[in-house]
Amino acid sequence: MLADTRFFTFASPPRFYALAGRLIPWLWAATALLAIAGLYVGFFQAPTDATQGDAYRIIFIHVPAAWMSMLLYMVMAFWAAIGWAFNARLAAMVARAIAPTGAMFTFAALWSGALWGKPTWGTWWVWDARLTSELILLFLYLGYMALVNAIDDTRRADQAGALLAVIGSVNVPIIYFSVKWWNTLHQGATISATTAPKMVATMLTAMLLMTLACWAYAFAVVFTRTRAVIAERERDAKWLNGAVPS
Amino acid sequence: MTWGSASEFFAMGGYGLYVWGSFGLIALCMAADALTAIKRHRDARAAHPEPGENS
Amino acid sequence: MTAPVFSAVLVRDLRLAARRRVDALLPLAFFAVAVSLFPLGVGPEPNTLRQIAPGVLWVCALLAAMLSVTQLFATDQADGSLEQMMLAAGSGTASALPVAIAKAVAHWLLTGLPLVLIAPLFGVMFDLSGRSIGALCASLALGTPILSLLGSLGAALTLGVRNGGVLLILLIVPLCIPALIFGSGAVSAVESGTSARGHFSLLGALFIATALLAPLATAAALRIATE
Repeated sequence: MLADTRFFTFASPPRFYALAGRLIPWLWAATALLAIAGLYVGFFQAPTDATQGDAYRIIFIHVPAAWMSMLLYMVMAFWAAIGWAFNARLAAMVARAIAPTGAMFTFAALWSGALWGKPTWGTWWVWDARLTSELILLFLYLGYMALVNAIDDTRRADQAGALLAVIGSVNVPIIYFSVKWWNTLHQGATISATTAPKMVATMLTAMLLMTLACWAYAFAVVFTRTRAVIAERERDAKWLNGAVPS
Repeated sequence: MTWGSASEFFAMGGYGLYVWGSFGLIALCMAADALTAIKRHRDARAAHPEPGENS
Repeated sequence: MTAPVFSAVLVRDLRLAARRRVDALLPLAFFAVAVSLFPLGVGPEPNTLRQIAPGVLWVCALLAAMLSVTQLFATDQADGSLEQMMLAAGSGTASALPVAIAKAVAHWLLTGLPLVLIAPLFGVMFDLSGRSIGALCASLALGTPILSLLGSLGAALTLGVRNGGVLLILLIVPLCIPALIFGSGAVSAVESGTSARGHFSLLGALFIATALLAPLATAAALRIATE
């Protein structure tokens, strides 16, 4: 049981470890169900687009990936900052666990965007504000991962990573608002919190279902990776304490 | 949205390469992301059993 | 309390650089060599060179600044004087501000300002018009302080880390991209006859924002690195 006194080094990580362990299977189930539903609506219910033909269906992975890339960065920066401000080890571990998945979604957004852009805009890439800042976001994720891995002292690494993550978070509003500030190639927002979406209902449904699927997926993977980090640090702590022979 | 046949579905109105190229690679990336996380957890657990258990 | 720390650190850095003049000139030498590679690699066609000049000059200035900033705190940490500076400054993040600012100013005086001064020479090499060269110097005058400020932040973050130099470039160059875009964009605009006012406004705004925020972040990074 987790009331074992050897785990005195961590306060809440063991509780998180147990809770996450119970939730992860449900999260994977949710991911699968939402993905199947989203893909079904997207490919078998949403009609063909008048201007873009069936190429537009890339939207069902492109937009969720882009949203996740921005959301995960803010969440990562948030937890990293909490970990720094309150010396909360678990928060710092969660931040580290988020980074690879966030980077993956950023790459997915860029990749799917390029494959969508080629048939519709005629070009794989353009250096407009949104694409450039999304690319910078990928560099920020990679930079964060490189920095925390390069510093051996975990506490210092977490703190330096938190500082970097917070500084980089100024990029996320730029990505989001860039299509409003600069009238360039990338299309403007189709979905807004205040006005009615300019999109067919089935397309919107599919996009939202896929977004929820990506969210559930992100939870599942980030929880798994956090458990890995907890187990790694527990192992390292035991080494230091000499309580368990290697 | 009714597809006439399976080949029509895979062709995606001529854009099949782009659509499946996107979904396909991203599915692979997500699988790799998930599997590396799971493997990392397994390796960490192998070095030290479930936190709290007697080893 | 802050003024003596600031001037002490600044004067010390300048004095040390004066003693090792060759080391201080290396970033400029790098700039000269890197810039010269482009006409050789791309070909001497004046129209092509004129088009790529703003970008090439700006990128090489960026790289020269980044390469020279890696040692900003490292040598001081190695001989223990960084710790002395931090102790003299006091405790807490804000107290390290004078050190952070002084280091950034020293770096700019030693690398950024010389770059601004020798840039016209290379502008001529790329057949830029007089007005473009003026815009180049102005954009570098605004941009190089941004590079020094962000560079010092990177140096503090990667202090004592393996492969710190490469890591610094990886971390800080993405943050420098807006300055690069507006800086070289300003020169391109002038070269093509359009107004560069928008570019300079944004560059100026970036300079102000960076000057206000970067030293605080650098001070925090110094505290993290020396605790």
